[in-house]
Amino acid sequence: MIGSPDLVAFTKDDAFGQTYVDPWSIPEEFSVPLYMHDGNANPWSKANCAKFSKDFILISEFSEQVGPQPLLTIPDDPEIFGTFDLNYFSLRIMSVDYQASFVGHLPGCGYPKINFVEDSKVVLGDSKEGAFAYVHHLTLYDLEARGFVRPFCMAYISSDEKKIMQQLQELSSEFSKASESLKAGNRKAFADELEKKLKDLEYTRAVLHKEAERQKMNDGCYSTQAIEKANELANVEKSFYEHKDLLKQVTSYPNRRTRSFDFLLSESDTPADLMDVDKILDRVSPDPGMENRRGECKLSYTPQLIKAKPAKCFDKRLKTLEELCDIYFFHQTMDQLRLIEDIFRGDLCYIYNRQIDEFLLKKQKTSNFLFEEKDDWQKEEVAKEFCGGNQISDNTLPPSISDLSCKLQTLETCVSSEESLVINREPETEEGIQDTESSPCDLTQENSDESTCAEIKGNLSSADSAETNKDQFDVQTCVVESKSFTNLQPPCLELQICRTDGEKPFDEISPVDFVVAAPTRPSHPGNASLEDGVDAVNKEILSAQDPDSNYGSIYEIEPFAHGDASCCLRQEGLLDIDPLPHTASGSCVENVVKQEPPSCLQGDPGRLMNFTPNGGTLLESPAAGLSLDLNTDEVSRRNADDASDTISCFSVSTSSDRAPSPFPHGGPVTVKQKRKAGLSALKFVRQYPFAQQAIFSLLSGRTLVVLGVDEATVRKLVNALTIFVPNLGKYGERVQPWLTTSFQLADLLNWKLIGLQRMSSPTGSSMLHSLNRYSRYISVLDADHKTLRCPPYRGSLVARLADHRTQIKCGCTYYTHVQSVLTELTSKAFLYTFCYHLHLPISPTEDPNTVALRRADFLHHHFGYGKEDSRIVQFLSELIKDSYLHGPDKEVGPPVFCFNYVSSLTFRI
Amino acid sequence: MLRWILGGRETQGAVEKNTVLVIGDEQPKNVYTELQVLKGHFDIVRFLVQIDNFRFASGGDDGLVLVWNVETGERLQELRGHSQQITAMAAYSRPGRWAPHTDLLTASSDRTLSMWDPDTGNRVQTVSDLQSSVKCLLVLGQLSLWISGGNEMCVWNRNFDLLCRTDHHSDAGIAAMVELPKNCIAAAVDKEIVIYRLSSVANEADMVVTEVRRLTDHRDSIRALITINDQLFASGSHIGELIVWHSLDWTPQVFECILWDHPHVSPQEEIKLGGQKQSEMSIHHMASVGEFIAAAVGSGLYIYNILTRSVVAYRKTAHDSNIRQILLLPDGTFAKTTYGQNIASGTVKLGSFSHSFLQLMSCSEDGSVRIWELQDLPLPAEPASAGFFGMWSFGRTSKQASQPVKKVQEAPALCTLELIGDLIGHSGAIQMFINFTDRGLVSCSTDHLIIIWKNGERESRLRSSSLFHKLDQNGGL
Repeated sequence: MIGSPDLVAFTKDDAFGQTYVDPWSIPEEFSVPLYMHDGNANPWSKANCAKFSKDFILISEFSEQVGPQPLLTIPDDPEIFGTFDLNYFSLRIMSVDYQASFVGHLPGCGYPKINFVEDSKVVLGDSKEGAFAYVHHLTLYDLEARGFVRPFCMAYISSDEKKIMQQLQELSSEFSKASESLKAGNRKAFADELEKKLKDLEYTRAVLHKEAERQKMNDGCYSTQAIEKANELANVEKSFYEHKDLLKQVTSYPNRRTRSFDFLLSESDTPADLMDVDKILDRVSPDPGMENRRGECKLSYTPQLIKAKPAKCFDKRLKTLEELCDIYFFHQTMDQLRLIEDIFRGDLCYIYNRQIDEFLLKKQKTSNFLFEEKDDWQKEEVAKEFCGGNQISDNTLPPSISDLSCKLQTLETCVSSEESLVINREPETEEGIQDTESSPCDLTQENSDESTCAEIKGNLSSADSAETNKDQFDVQTCVVESKSFTNLQPPCLELQICRTDGEKPFDEISPVDFVVAAPTRPSHPGNASLEDGVDAVNKEILSAQDPDSNYGSIYEIEPFAHGDASCCLRQEGLLDIDPLPHTASGSCVENVVKQEPPSCLQGDPGRLMNFTPNGGTLLESPAAGLSLDLNTDEVSRRNADDASDTISCFSVSTSSDRAPSPFPHGGPVTVKQKRKAGLSALKFVRQYPFAQQAIFSLLSGRTLVVLGVDEATVRKLVNALTIFVPNLGKYGERVQPWLTTSFQLADLLNWKLIGLQRMSSPTGSSMLHSLNRYSRYISVLDADHKTLRCPPYRGSLVARLADHRTQIKCGCTYYTHVQSVLTELTSKAFLYTFCYHLHLPISPTEDPNTVALRRADFLHHHFGYGKEDSRIVQFLSELIKDSYLHGPDKEVGPPVFCFNYVSSLTFRI
Repeated sequence: MLRWILGGRETQGAVEKNTVLVIGDEQPKNVYTELQVLKGHFDIVRFLVQIDNFRFASGGDDGLVLVWNVETGERLQELRGHSQQITAMAAYSRPGRWAPHTDLLTASSDRTLSMWDPDTGNRVQTVSDLQSSVKCLLVLGQLSLWISGGNEMCVWNRNFDLLCRTDHHSDAGIAAMVELPKNCIAAAVDKEIVIYRLSSVANEADMVVTEVRRLTDHRDSIRALITINDQLFASGSHIGELIVWHSLDWTPQVFECILWDHPHVSPQEEIKLGGQKQSEMSIHHMASVGEFIAAAVGSGLYIYNILTRSVVAYRKTAHDSNIRQILLLPDGTFAKTTYGQNIASGTVKLGSFSHSFLQLMSCSEDGSVRIWELQDLPLPAEPASAGFFGMWSFGRTSKQASQPVKKVQEAPALCTLELIGDLIGHSGAIQMFINFTDRGLVSCSTDHLIIIWKNGERESRLRSSSLFHKLDQNGGL
């Protein structure tokens, strides 16, 4: 085994490789100063460890009876947080509550005052647990609680601190929404409670009053009992007024502040109901609907006598969160939290990717309807911008790459492992804090990582399987080395050691992540010339932060997958773990690199969990953290989703699965479904030599009819081809996966891809009749005889999409590839559409023929498109025009159906 | 091949199959590369009427009248009021304050007549409880009158006042009417053409309609009646007689009889053909441009030149089934004006134009529209079966097809009708179509649909220009 533990031990003793002189190292004067933000920028490299597999949301309470306690997690799956100590972490997060929540008697005020505090937002990390959290503290009111307040917090817990830091604003705004909803519900519940209490008090007062009168009558005014009663009465009176005042305070809560949030919240659910909140709270005109929902208990509430002495606080049961909050709002909040969990699922790279995707897609609003799907997230953003609430402004959107890296750096400085600081919502102050805080501690963390790079390098350089990478790696390491030592500051080291609780010596922190980053680099297309190592490092860092190029690298990396795996295996020597986890971790790394799970590991989080509990020291090992980190969220999710995403593990079991179409009619088409369709598409492209012609038909707007006896086969083919259908529609309206009746001309206008049942019955003959009759408008793919009848295609464009000798093996890679080609095509269509001179005469004397010639010339010379390719662009261009003129949704008049008179040929396998 | 045999000289055409003419999918001359399907009717759509340059109305068996925009395909108005199927429609234009205003006249089986304002969708006028349902409408623009023809003929003015009416005709009623010069009207009543004259009596409001002449040359019911020009009109009958009449003295100028090869078919074939023979010869529709008359004869087409008095071209089986309507498109306005002037002046010179730019469209019960082009025969030496028409100048002809009068045309004069495109979309018989020239062609059918066929290139250009217009308005993307 390469990279044996002994070797590791040796290098570790080497005092961080300080004495080690790399023979390949470039003299100091030739070295380019390393990009300030070092190799840790690689999104895959996380030098921490976490005992949980996925990011999750934790709600905790500081209970007055038992202290900090976790209440619930989202997702509510014990496997997700695994062995992570929720109790301990609750303690941690509850201990940084900076809210000035206070209810009590203010000096000079007779009644207790409710102080509606702002939520506090804190980011905190725990290197020991490998957990970083965005913590959102809020206070709920409870009449029975001490001081009427119940401190809660919601925490987004991730093993990736960068993720937290960079998504801070989004996290904050999303959690604020959840918090507002929770608090609104709480105010309502609190008001209800107060009302009940007031009734009780009123009743008690009446009773006492009666008793006092009686006493007076019986015993005279000044009997002890009478005085006692009078005192009691006075107390009740006082309490009554206090509560009344409290109620007034609660109901007069400045609702305008929540209005925007309410609006946001209500966009999914019954808005009318929610808009009534104000009224309900004001108790001006109680909404009958709400009353009913609260149930009869409220209506049939019988006031009770209140005893003078309240029960001991430890005897009573505290209300649960659900009770504290109106049930409707509670569910609203839970939905919001689930949404948050969903939005921030996946590692930072993935989120960046998506954000940049969305950002870019939003920019090309005239043409993105062609091949992109509108998902809800996007819609939500639109809604946000529309309602002017906490919209995501440009500065929170993924900035340009260089900005991004700068930001990364600055944000990075904000958090250290155990420091937590209150983060204001204004980005300016945030920056300010970061600047002032730009703590040496942060550097320590980085430096400590860097400083240990050397030792790994030692291991690596001995690796023969990575010959190709070695040189560059060495260069890289060298630079890092030099840099790290210049920056190393002893006090920081101290801090770092302290932080690790002395459990483990500092030198055990070995950032293997950097090593992992290196092997992937050569495969990156941007790094063709690897000799200039430092430059490459910079590029690498940049590219690691640039999701677009990550796409590229993910796509290109595939052939290197084995190399990567071996690299990782080699490094696992460092980790000193038993063989089983080795393979697990190796696969995990490969996982990320290839963006696909190996079959042996699919959907087995339990096994991944087994990997961790080997004791504190090992858990501290960055590699372990790395592998777990890699397996967070997105990847593990994909494990389950795309269980058979590779060609290799695809078994041809067409008959077994009956309805494989992932595009159920009615539901919106999602990227996930499309990505899954990628595999089918890849299979189709490989199986059918005439795939190009079929795809050409779809791209040029000619309806493709997939004809077959077997529903599963037909649906599978339809599913495969769906990703090529332009302007698919939000619900996939352009596709009819399975049709058992004959179709009409009007159907061809709407459906661009039809799965048609072949029948021998009379219906079948009428179907064949319509197939014949409309043969000029359709292409027919016969799934049973494996023939295709369609116009011939001789262009080059589709060949890029559908090369049956393609090296791509993985469905989502292929999907990405297709998507990138289609995106390019879309932009060309956009250009073509919006070039004035291509469509309209420049001068009044010009006749249409000249324009047509110019158009043909443009398509031919600028795009290099032949007749057929031009037809695709022209069709897309018509779609863009139509969408631009009429908007994507509404249409004036019936749809326009364009076609050409072209003869068809029959293709066979 | 197609064979319209001359007399019975050619034998045994019986074996000839009704060859289906197929044009491939490659149709470079066919400009209709875009279509819109208009849905709205619930039953057979029978009538289309052009209202103005961009609007048309459709009427069907569901009693609905819909007004559409031909450019966008939008449904502009829905005119509800008739309880039964629409039997006739006409557009009625009158000069308005700024622009001529067009109303819509509709007649239905529920024996009502209505006038609609297509702008507002209001029913402006209506008359109910007519004695019979109206089968045809004729608008006399100059007189500001309109005439309804059913079992009797009624003359109306703009305000729906009945000015006068004729006696009850036979049950067949008036099938078609054309306007003739000097306030005369020719009405086809079964086998006869009745010429009426409208004259105003002492006070101007009243009109009198008097029957002037009955033309009884047709031996079967008249199916088609058209005006050719100021001097001529033509009628076609169920058995393939085509007579061209003089408009002023109502004398037949030309008598053509389209003859088929029935005398010589073998008995068993005759039985087979017996049923359809009649309809195959029936002249369903005629159209004329300049000196050309086109007739839809059964499922065949036939083009006659009234000046040379010769058949120019023909197709026996132009469609798979009966042709409902034909349309002649002289390509280019220049040609049109030349014709018009020549014919108006009455000094028609023949040699001045060629027919190569003549296009013809036909729609048929087989659900397709076909576009034909009159082309010179590639080889003049192939006159094929030049004359299967008997040609007689006047009066009755001998009915015997076996006794042909050969008037073989000069070979160069004979042309072919080449199929240059077909429009397939309807799944039922096409009832009617109207041509908006470059805005498109509208067809309606028994499948309840209306289809607008458009020139894809032109539409694309239009869309581009409106796109840049919008771009300008928005000041960029």
